[in-house]
Amino acid sequence: MVVMSELGRMCRSAGGMGDDTVIEVRGLRMRYGSVDVLKSVEFCARRGEVLALLGPNGAGKTTTIEILEGFRMRSAGEVGVLGVDPARGDEAWRARLGVVLQSWRDHGKWRVRELLDNLGRYYAPYSTSERRRPYEAGELMKMVGLEEHAGKKISSLSGGQRRRLDVAIGIVGRPELLFLDEPTAGFDPHARREFHDLVHRLSDLEDTTILLTTHDLDEAEKLADRILILAGGSIIADGSADALSQRMSTSAEVKWTRDGQRFVHAPTDATRFVRELFAQYGDDISDLEVRRASLEDAYMSLVQQFESGRRGSAAREFEEVAG
Amino acid sequence: MTPKMVAVRAGMRRGVIEIRQTLTNGADLSNYLFFPVLILIGMFFLRGVSVPGSNFSLSSATMPSVLGMQIAFGGLIGIAIALITEREDGTLLRAKAVPNGMLGYLIGKILLFSGMSLISLAIILVPSALLFDGLQLGSPGAWLTLAWVLVLGLVATMPMGAIFGSLFSNPSYLGLVMVPFMGLAAISGIFYPITSFPGWLQGIAQLFPIYWLGLGMRSALLPGSLVSVEIGDSWRHLETLGVLGLWAVVGLVLAPWVLRRMARRESGSSVAERRERAMQRVH
Repeated sequence: MVVMSELGRMCRSAGGMGDDTVIEVRGLRMRYGSVDVLKSVEFCARRGEVLALLGPNGAGKTTTIEILEGFRMRSAGEVGVLGVDPARGDEAWRARLGVVLQSWRDHGKWRVRELLDNLGRYYAPYSTSERRRPYEAGELMKMVGLEEHAGKKISSLSGGQRRRLDVAIGIVGRPELLFLDEPTAGFDPHARREFHDLVHRLSDLEDTTILLTTHDLDEAEKLADRILILAGGSIIADGSADALSQRMSTSAEVKWTRDGQRFVHAPTDATRFVRELFAQYGDDISDLEVRRASLEDAYMSLVQQFESGRRGSAAREFEEVAG
Repeated sequence: MTPKMVAVRAGMRRGVIEIRQTLTNGADLSNYLFFPVLILIGMFFLRGVSVPGSNFSLSSATMPSVLGMQIAFGGLIGIAIALITEREDGTLLRAKAVPNGMLGYLIGKILLFSGMSLISLAIILVPSALLFDGLQLGSPGAWLTLAWVLVLGLVATMPMGAIFGSLFSNPSYLGLVMVPFMGLAAISGIFYPITSFPGWLQGIAQLFPIYWLGLGMRSALLPGSLVSVEIGDSWRHLETLGVLGLWAVVGLVLAPWVLRRMARRESGSSVAERRERAMQRVH
């Protein structure tokens, strides 16, 4: 009980009200044989938040998501998804979730509209006055840009179109919480932009909470309100993209030209450095560029720090970011 | 309507859609036709031959047994193949991600395979009636027997097929199901009267549904005089009911448990793993 109340505090201190908590994970452990893939994962998500789960390959992102989806049993720890333990979630609970699966060749003989309509039917009994379930197939196809392909056989869709269909199937029940594992793998830039718009629409208009995994830091930065970095079996950083890049990589890069010569420096306080630079050389300075560390820099340095065994310092910096 | 009822109806709709797909798709149509055409051609050439000890056409005598075998094949092998391939390609995982989706999926599969069995039956029966003499298609009793043997046969075989399909995760193991099936078909009196086999072989054949489905179909469609080549000179309806009923009960008790256990293990990563494996098979 102590554990749960601490968790509640943790979720509230992240900036919202406890009642709005959609996901709460504490001390989550997953052991395969004698290997702990997840050691102690802790995080929470509030309603309407978009969370991106980042981490090196094999860090356990997919395992984490599958535990939350109720598709995989955990070894230990406390997990609440929409207030229910996923290991004991019933069909009514399942109806409130959306899972975007990476399809391959299933339902190849079905037509797009037919499949969306058929899968939507299962959600109808779980419709509420606030959330009308399911989405009508036509509306759904428009949302993901498949309306021209409504009557096509699924086996004849291109890879990108299939991924859009995957997304459509994931949201057909108008979910309160949506899981996306590598959602834009195989998307062209245009489809990716449209997908991002869809995610924003779902989180802004439908109040859908979204947990996604991605390898694309740029995507995480664009989509996520909060980024979680999973490495070595636990969350080593948790914060907005801004907060992470501001605090994790202490240095920004400053470039300038003086007397026809190009200079590069990475000061800890870029603003102060530039002020001093101008105070000293004034008009001699030209072509000034200040580039703040990107999320990618922050991510790389975090994971590197972590992997080189300086776990303690990474964790301390994480606390700074969170606090 | 309760969510379960909604899922049952969505599953029925799924079944109807998938039956329609089998009728509008070249590969499925040739699957329907391949075996019946082969057997009909073979029997056509044998139509002059009589059952030993009578003047009844051997072709007409064989066709009902073939119907029985076809029902057993669809129920046992067809549904096993469907479960294995649809587990591999993620269809099952999709069903699992939907509320009551597994229920709907199973209803859909039951309907699909029942429908396919009916269609296969018609594909064999209609030309047989036209090509061969002596089938008792005029009497209502024949159709009644055919109906209950068909329904009981499907109930006896489909849960078992679902169990086989759940136990093997790799389509390459399908041979493990196919080979024994072919062996059983050979000793089950489909093509030769079972009474010409040694007693111990007859005993083995009588443990499995293929023999009883063949017998049931023969009892429906052949004239009474041909009962003389059967075990005990009898159509043994009571025994047919008993053995097929037992298979049905065992299957219906075990299948939900085996299916649940299998479904529990499905997740995105298990489908991804199988996809990797399948890609390696192809390349």
